[in-house]
Amino acid sequence: MSKTLTRADLAEAVYRNIGLSRNESAELVETFLEEMCVCLEKGEEVKLSSFGTFSVQSKRERIGRNPKTGVEATITPRRVLSFRPSHILKDRVDGES
Amino acid sequence: MTRSELIARLAAKNPALYHRDIERLVGTILDEIGGALERGDRVELRGFGAFSVRHRKARTGRNPRTGASVEVAEKKVPFFKMGKGMRERLNR
Repeated sequence: MSKTLTRADLAEAVYRNIGLSRNESAELVETFLEEMCVCLEKGEEVKLSSFGTFSVQSKRERIGRNPKTGVEATITPRRVLSFRPSHILKDRVDGES
Repeated sequence: MTRSELIARLAAKNPALYHRDIERLVGTILDEIGGALERGDRVELRGFGAFSVRHRKARTGRNPRTGASVEVAEKKVPFFKMGKGMRERLNR
């Protein structure tokens, strides 16, 4: 059975492991994500050892196509967030099961 | 920013907490995400993005140096898709 974890599950794990209040735990999960966002917004990389690296890539303008209608459209230049998992995380996910 | 820089920034914002607890906070969050992916679960963090597991089929690969064929077994890889909030923040 596949499940989806959310912020609430992360906050619960922090609450169980660190002995802070539930409220504080939830706020810390939020601050953690916000710190990462602030850093990435500046275009800076976030390297988390044994987890992976988040980086911002700049995409040039290109011609795309609406897959439903086939109409060509210009895709404006934009920035996207990419995640490169570390070997440790890859091995964990690809473990025997 | 590295893991230790992230810990330092979080510590600066939460002067009442022990440094050790901030380290455990970061460890717990990342380990919880890793554990979910290990079980094949998804992790959805609104405004940031979602982690999921993608399956790669078995394929015949080639050793780029020698050109010899090698069988590559099917595998599971971690995958991240940026969220809407993040996309908007990066493109303002």
